[in-house]
Amino acid sequence: MLAALLASAASSGRDLANASAWAVFLVGAAMILTGAFGVILLRNPVHCALMLIITLFGVALEFIDQSADFLAAVQIIVYAGAVVIVFLFVIMFLGVDRREAAGPEATKFQKPLALILGVVALIEILILSGVTKWVSGQPSVAGALNGPGENVQKLGQSIYTRYLLPFEMTAALLVIAVVSAVVLSRRRQPSASELSSTEQEHLAAGEREPQ
Amino acid sequence: MNAAYVIVALPLAGALILLFGGRRIGDPMSGWLATIASAGSFVATVVVWATMLGMTSSDRTVDKQIFTWIPVGSLHVSFGLQLDPLSIAMALFVTGVGSLIHLYSIGYMKGDPSYPRFFFLLNLFLFSMIVLVLADNYLFSFVGWEGVGFCSYGLVGFWFDRETAAVAAKKAFVTNRVGDFGFMIALFLLFGHFGSFNYSQVLAPLAAGHATLAGSTATAIGLMLFLGAVGKSAQIPLYMWLPDAMEGPTPVSALIHAATMVTAGVYLVARSAPILHFSHSVLWVIAIIGAATLFLSATIACVQDDIKRVLAYSTISQLGYMFLGEGSGDYTAGIYHMIMHAFFKALLFLAAGSVIHALHNEQNMKKMGGLRKYLPVTYPTFIVGYLALAGIPPFDGFWSKEQILDSAWHMSPALWAVGAFTAGLTAYYMSRQVALVWLGQARWKEARPGADGGEHGAEAHEEYSGHGSESLSAEYGGSGQSGVGTHPPEEAHGDGGHVGGDPHESPWVMTFPLIILAVASTIGWLINAPFGGLDFLTKWLAPVFPSTIAPPIHVATGTKWILGIAVTALCFLGLGLGLMAWRKVERPELEPAFLVHGWYIDEGVSAAVLGPLTRMANAFSFVIDAKVVDGAVNGVARLTTGTGRQLRRLQTGYVRNYALGIGIGAAAILFFVALRVGG
Amino acid sequence: MTVPGAWYLVLAAVLFGLGATGLLIRRNVLVMFMCVELMLNAVNLTFVTFARLLNDVGGQASVFFVLVVAAAEVVVGLAIIVAMFRRRAAATADDIHALKG
Repeated sequence: MLAALLASAASSGRDLANASAWAVFLVGAAMILTGAFGVILLRNPVHCALMLIITLFGVALEFIDQSADFLAAVQIIVYAGAVVIVFLFVIMFLGVDRREAAGPEATKFQKPLALILGVVALIEILILSGVTKWVSGQPSVAGALNGPGENVQKLGQSIYTRYLLPFEMTAALLVIAVVSAVVLSRRRQPSASELSSTEQEHLAAGEREPQ
Repeated sequence: MNAAYVIVALPLAGALILLFGGRRIGDPMSGWLATIASAGSFVATVVVWATMLGMTSSDRTVDKQIFTWIPVGSLHVSFGLQLDPLSIAMALFVTGVGSLIHLYSIGYMKGDPSYPRFFFLLNLFLFSMIVLVLADNYLFSFVGWEGVGFCSYGLVGFWFDRETAAVAAKKAFVTNRVGDFGFMIALFLLFGHFGSFNYSQVLAPLAAGHATLAGSTATAIGLMLFLGAVGKSAQIPLYMWLPDAMEGPTPVSALIHAATMVTAGVYLVARSAPILHFSHSVLWVIAIIGAATLFLSATIACVQDDIKRVLAYSTISQLGYMFLGEGSGDYTAGIYHMIMHAFFKALLFLAAGSVIHALHNEQNMKKMGGLRKYLPVTYPTFIVGYLALAGIPPFDGFWSKEQILDSAWHMSPALWAVGAFTAGLTAYYMSRQVALVWLGQARWKEARPGADGGEHGAEAHEEYSGHGSESLSAEYGGSGQSGVGTHPPEEAHGDGGHVGGDPHESPWVMTFPLIILAVASTIGWLINAPFGGLDFLTKWLAPVFPSTIAPPIHVATGTKWILGIAVTALCFLGLGLGLMAWRKVERPELEPAFLVHGWYIDEGVSAAVLGPLTRMANAFSFVIDAKVVDGAVNGVARLTTGTGRQLRRLQTGYVRNYALGIGIGAAAILFFVALRVGG
Repeated sequence: MTVPGAWYLVLAAVLFGLGATGLLIRRNVLVMFMCVELMLNAVNLTFVTFARLLNDVGGQASVFFVLVVAAAEVVVGLAIIVAMFRRRAAATADDIHALKG
């Protein structure tokens, strides 16, 4: 596949219609890589969150480049618009926006080993993608993607007919997530036996939890 | 012939009843129950014998099966009885003498707290002995063999809270075991060669001449069987247990160590005659060991002070005679002497028990004397037994000893000489015993300041520390000669307590057997008199010992007369010497130290065997077990904990490290996939 | 003609590797979480690429679901983080080592 990659790079550079696709690709790639390096290298977590937004936008661009319009929109709305905001909320809430504690590493081998691992994993994935033929050639079971018709329509049809069960399950999952978030982040109410009677009255009167 | 089952069943039933209900039945009913069981067994034996008399001599082998015990492949071993002349002859005197001794024990053991246990063991012993002699195959006989060994242990150590008794019981059992080892090897060889244990398949074809046996095989089997006999019948080198076994109650000594158990070896050799016929070397070994044993033990008997130990060594000596006879090829002579010996030796032991009882558990002959006035029944019966043992005609011992010595002359004049000389020694030491116990001054009066038997025991105990063979029992703190103690039960008398009273005769349950046995010792020899066609026993046993395996031994009549007169003269000489020499009680010149210590054989064995065994046991216990085995086990444990401790370091508690672990694993999987797919 | 799929795949692989490395290197819990988001995005990109290459809308449906689940996961994860690090000033992943063996 690597060979095909290089060949296609040479041949497709000539077409102007390709050029726009390539341009979009490269811009998106740049945004992605910048954001990624920013996330893993910057000290201030707020800065990391902002870098993450850049990465997400880059991925959205790549989606658009591959005619996955709906997904690109959802990516921006949900990921960049909601998830990262939640991140920022928590960062502010917990007050970890100060510099990450640069204390001594608890385990000395972690960082070097992680770096080596990252490189090794990357090489392996590239090798795998290069030497394997994972395309079975079977016709699609979910429906054709390319071809006439709106992307949204095709996606919607497949989700609401073929993948209805996963859809419902993820809906339930969202409900569970919301409930669990509320439960997990609740402040712990001391039980009645731990409080004195005056404290219990205070609590019943709706005051804040005893300090 | 179905009475044969009764012979076996009655003592077993008696034993079982006494085992479970003995304590409730109590003293003296359990004794009577056991006696009736054994007497019933005797009656059944007589019935079977009478039936056999009615058959022709060739028909007299009957096989009765009880049930199949081991049916494995080609091996069929069953609990079966072979009723043939030899086994019935054995069964007759075993049950007969056994019943008399049961009767005697009712009186002797009266008052003992473990009375029912005694009779349970006695009945169990009788059952085992009957199994031993009536079995129709070697393996079932071995069951009986082991049974009598166990009962001997239980009965010798009957008063087990006495340390010397417990040690003696162990010694008896362990020494027996060495012999049993030989028997077992013989069993293996028998199975290996014949594929069966049945007498009818092993012995009968050999006796009839249908089959032969290679000399080497016969020697091997014969030697191993004889080793078993040596253990059970107390021959050299496994005799040391018998004198120590006198720790048991006197009826036990009479039954087991005079009349029955020790004769099991003689029976085994007689039964295996067809095998032994094919190996002259084994027969020589038997004869020589018999001769050596009879001489050695007779010499030791000359210097014993305990009344029972004299008789014990005498038993070993007489057993030697029996083996001498069998080794010389005259099995009938051995059996004849065995039966005669059963009569007079049991008589002597029971009479000795009567004496011990009368003197409140005094067993040292040097402290007796002049008892003939006090025990009017025991005295004459003892004399009868004494004369029979000494070989004085016309009492029992003379005739059977003559027959053995004639066959020994035929085998080798040297053997005859040993036997003849020892016959003189026998008369000598028995006369010594009679002189010390019955004649002379009443020395027991001096040792009696009015105290009870316990004090006698203390005094006598101290005196004994220098005497007797200081064997392994000495190591355990007991002296070899001790026979006194608080153990034998004090019999209640009507004269209001016997502390300080004179010795008196025993009750009728004890004297009646004495009288019966005295009569048997006087006229019993008639079952095989060598004249006038009165040799019933020889004719009776002829089918068992056909001339194919036991060629008849012919000694010229003239020679027989000369030999007989010579031996008799020696016996009278010994008798006279003994009576004269022992008018005085202290004759240290006649009691040399090496004889008193039993030629130092016991010490020698314990030094040679016990020392290395103890060292080996120590090596195994403290080195191999503690260091190697425990070390291995502990080492495994240490390895496990050590490995765990090292692996524990992986659990750092940091999530990032765990994530790294996951990452490494994922990378490894990708690596293998890449290898497999790409390569 | 668009960019060949291989390029997208390489890009996604690099993004995934960066996310994984960042996850293992950073100590701030929230930044670690963001690296997880990076990895998820890489996967999404791969899915979309293969959907295009294999002409299969199922790939895009997968992305749809991955998005939803990732959102839910973020919510729950942050709730846990809030619960654990509520009162601490400097929150690093190394502060939680109660399971040290």
